[in-house]
Amino acid sequence: MESRFSTFALGARHGIPIALGYFAVAFSLGITAAVVGLSPAQGFISGILNHASAGEYAEFTAIAEQTSYFATALIILITNARYLLMSCALSQKFAPGASLFHRILVGFGITDEIFAIAVMREGALSPLYVYGAMAVAIPAWAAGTAVGILMGNILPRAIVSALSVALYGMFIAIIFPPAKKNKFLLLLIVLSFGLSFALAELPVFAGLSESLRIIILTVLIAGVAAAVRPVDDTEAGV
Amino acid sequence: MKIYIYILISAVVSFLLRVLPLTLIRGKIENRFFRSFLYYVPYVTLAVMIFPAILHATSSPAAGLLALLFGVVAANFNIGLPEIAAGCCIVAFIFETAIPYFIK
Repeated sequence: MESRFSTFALGARHGIPIALGYFAVAFSLGITAAVVGLSPAQGFISGILNHASAGEYAEFTAIAEQTSYFATALIILITNARYLLMSCALSQKFAPGASLFHRILVGFGITDEIFAIAVMREGALSPLYVYGAMAVAIPAWAAGTAVGILMGNILPRAIVSALSVALYGMFIAIIFPPAKKNKFLLLLIVLSFGLSFALAELPVFAGLSESLRIIILTVLIAGVAAAVRPVDDTEAGV
Repeated sequence: MKIYIYILISAVVSFLLRVLPLTLIRGKIENRFFRSFLYYVPYVTLAVMIFPAILHATSSPAAGLLALLFGVVAANFNIGLPEIAAGCCIVAFIFETAIPYFIK
């Protein structure tokens, strides 16, 4: 049985590569935040509290568009809905007697990557392992956002323009590799691209904000997909 | 001030999404439609976020489109996430800034 400290230290060690990646990705998110008008301090706070790339991108879009508070809550619900799934999955890994405090704190730390290393551990989940990873990864995420905002205002226009593509590059790197083996996912992605383009560019839908477009298309396409082709347990990761 | 309200709303919703299932669910989830829906959500959401927004992220839409094409091809060759993100930036930079600078 590992000591409590060595479990925490192991999580922290596994968190280092995650932290490095986070700093880079959050940096590009910070560039987007700078365009919207966030200060480095606001970016840091947002990073500590939300630590979610797609969710914070949606948050910054909502700020830029002055979306209503209700619609903002709805779009965060949609863009971060996967955390609901991950939280469900982790609930199956916890020892039945685990305290409410540990459940809340581990839940707060869920991101794609921290979830991935936590769920891959054998046996019942050790909260201290997750805390170790959180302790290095989440501050790196928040710091990356703040530095990105700072640099976004200093760097030349051409560099900022090129760097702002990094976030989309990351999204591409997340959704396309699984679609290589699963043609239905590829079909969904292509369909999403097409409908998103249509709603964004056709004059008929000119009044539709980007936030609303994300909500409507996600519920519609993911809903139809779930009805047409329900997934089995191993695919859903639950 | 308004920005802090947006940050707070996002923080509260994210927190509830992350924490509620962990605190409420002690058994196994059985609803297959709900599980499937949650499984498909990230793919659709991220795809909708990528396109056509990537075309407007750069000064010229063509640079964004090329970065997208590069990313999709690179993802097909098992290249890592940071490398794909960096590669997309380099492609956009070369097309948008370097080439016009030398051709001009």
